[in-house]
Amino acid sequence: MAEATLRTDPPMAARGSQAGAAIVIDVEGLTKSFNGRTVVKNLTMQVRKGLIYGFLGPNGSGKTTTIRMLCGLLTPDSGRGTCLGYDIRTEADMIKRHVGYMTQRFSLYADLSVRENLEFVARVYDLDDPGAAAEDAIRRLGLENRAGQLAGELSGGWKQRLALGACILPGPQLLLLDEPTAGVDPKARRDFWDEIHALAHQGLTVLVSTHYMDEAERCHEIAYIAYGELLAHGTVEEVVANAHLSTWTVTGPDLAALAETLKRTEGVDMVAPFGSALHVLGRDADRLEAATRTMREAGPQLWRRDEPTLEDVFINLMSRSRDNF
Amino acid sequence: MGVDGRNDDASRRTRGLAASLRRIYATFVKELIQLRRDRITFATMIFIPLLQLMLFGYAINTDPKHLPTAVLVQDDSAFTRSFLAAMRTSGYFAVRSVAASEAELDRLILSGAVQFGVQIPAHFGRDLIRGERPAILVVADATDPSATGGAVAALQGLSANVFARDLIGPASSLAPRLPPYELRIHRRYNPTGETRLNIVPGLMGTILTLTMLMFTALSVTREIERGTMETLLAMPIRPVEIMLGKIAPYLVIGGLQMTLILTAAKLLFGVPIVGSLGLLIGLTMLFILANLSVGYTFSTIATSQLQAMQMSFFFFLPSILLSGFMFPFRGMPGWAQYVGEILPLTHYLRIVRGIMLKGAGLQHLQADVLALAAFTLAAMSLAVARFRQTLD
Ligand SMILES: Nc1ncnc2c1ncn2[C@@H]1O[C@H](COP(=O)(O)OP(=O)(O)OP(=O)(O)O)[C@@H](O)[C@H]1O
Ligand SMILES: [Mg+2]
Repeated sequence: MAEATLRTDPPMAARGSQAGAAIVIDVEGLTKSFNGRTVVKNLTMQVRKGLIYGFLGPNGSGKTTTIRMLCGLLTPDSGRGTCLGYDIRTEADMIKRHVGYMTQRFSLYADLSVRENLEFVARVYDLDDPGAAAEDAIRRLGLENRAGQLAGELSGGWKQRLALGACILPGPQLLLLDEPTAGVDPKARRDFWDEIHALAHQGLTVLVSTHYMDEAERCHEIAYIAYGELLAHGTVEEVVANAHLSTWTVTGPDLAALAETLKRTEGVDMVAPFGSALHVLGRDADRLEAATRTMREAGPQLWRRDEPTLEDVFINLMSRSRDNF
Repeated sequence: MGVDGRNDDASRRTRGLAASLRRIYATFVKELIQLRRDRITFATMIFIPLLQLMLFGYAINTDPKHLPTAVLVQDDSAFTRSFLAAMRTSGYFAVRSVAASEAELDRLILSGAVQFGVQIPAHFGRDLIRGERPAILVVADATDPSATGGAVAALQGLSANVFARDLIGPASSLAPRLPPYELRIHRRYNPTGETRLNIVPGLMGTILTLTMLMFTALSVTREIERGTMETLLAMPIRPVEIMLGKIAPYLVIGGLQMTLILTAAKLLFGVPIVGSLGLLIGLTMLFILANLSVGYTFSTIATSQLQAMQMSFFFFLPSILLSGFMFPFRGMPGWAQYVGEILPLTHYLRIVRGIMLKGAGLQHLQADVLALAAFTLAAMSLAVARFRQTLD
């Protein structure tokens, strides 16, 4: 069903980032280990068409490994799944034709110029007029002045732009972007995200891994992976709500001393400075309530019930899964 | 519906021979640009062949002439003078110094100032006439036997007829009797025994082996080390296409090297091309392809550029030693000949010497051509099979 829709009718789904749209990534039980160490464990994930899907998790949690399995660069030890309706084990050829993969580390040719790199990509994907396609991409990326420059000599931000440009060039239906904005300045980052949203609006599905919380909030849906396990997924609101973290925000004097006391208090699971305030979180609302009652009543700080931030949720997930590890 | 068509079209374009050729072309262009940017590699490609050619072809002669010689003359007679003159005209000896004593002669040889010491004893002329068969002592520095072999042989030839002119009248009975048979040696294809006629065609083979091997051996490992392999693998291009696209530019380079060497062989060394030039070029290209595929195969097996270089070296060494380039193929022990038969250079040497010096045609070289083709095919298949299509 999903296959048929996907392979034949992209524009329909382009309008369909609503619920019920086709499923572009549909994998189940993916497991991968290197040298006996399991890096991705039993990962199940579904991404609907037209979504920007954020993929978050600490360093070494298996994001890159998962993305590589999705585009056929790594073979899963077990598990099954499809990408754009093509089997990730047996139809890697077709996946490669329709997926744009932007690697975490810049991996275009440093000794080719911007134009030559783009032309190479255009030729490999067998576009009708590689020269013109490359020229178009250069204009779209605003790289006119650097078209003749060697890719290896570009600054970090421009390299990322070029890499994204090369990904989009063959007109893929799915983008897999592995930390596309690492080390990029805020303005360039914003431009990057504007572009990604524009692409999603045209019907592209985007899976993007990132470490930035603000970027996570720009995604339609997110998934959080730690130590190879998918711990949470859904919209940002859903993920926050499902974390069931009871939260207080504390403002006032002597927060540093208070934080020290709180960290040693039973029932308080997390204490995190948040701007000029303090976030105090607990997994068990009643215990947190009881543990902090005296402090709340004594003052002199001001205690206020609050919602946890996404970062609070992730750090909580991470420490909890480390406990189980 | 229209969209349906576009998608189907896209998948059709991934397959098909034309699409495949276009992807090979894409890789070819990319490699060519990278090659052009890599100044050092580019320079190596031109200078290695030139340098080797000059060294082996010009400077190194395994049958050297004009070897420095010292003489110790203790007799002053017509016979002595004849002998010395004959030595000089043989071309092998250049009398550099005249020693005054045996001690000095020894010192000259020991120090390496001369390669030969010739001592003509006192009363040589008188003893000769009396029929006492006086001895001429020739001391040769034989630490490099191949360097002195020719000269010693020439000296032995000398003694047979050097004195024919002086031994007349009553002394004529002393003239050595002719051997009862005539020994006629035909040095076919290289009548003057010039080593460069043998070496220059062989050099073409070794130079091409070395350079072709080196350049493709790095091609895949370089992509892995620079991290570009990940992008390449994520694109819809097949291992065969990558291989052919990467090998193709070096066919061009190999062709250039061949032209360079053939031109030098003809103009500088006067090596003839007795057989068909077209056939020579065609089969040389086949040989180039064989070496490129070996190098590429190494590249798919090695995990680093250093490893790839080491593997090429391990292949190059037996190629030089066991192919008949360095030592006569038929002089090698059986096992070495078997190993030699596996190496492309062995077959190519037969082909290139056959065509250039003997005028052999394709019908004479069938076995070697087939061996080269089979080798190439096997190496390429191995490379494609070995090519890691994933990052596992
Ligand atoms: N080819 C490989 N061989 C062996 N181990 C590997 C390989 N690739 C990844 N790993 C290991 O797998 C684990 C997960 O790596 P992965 O790159 O997927 O993490 P990540 O989530 O992308 O991390 P980061 O945020 O730092 O990019 C790491 O511990 C890494 O060392
Ligand atoms: Mg990563």
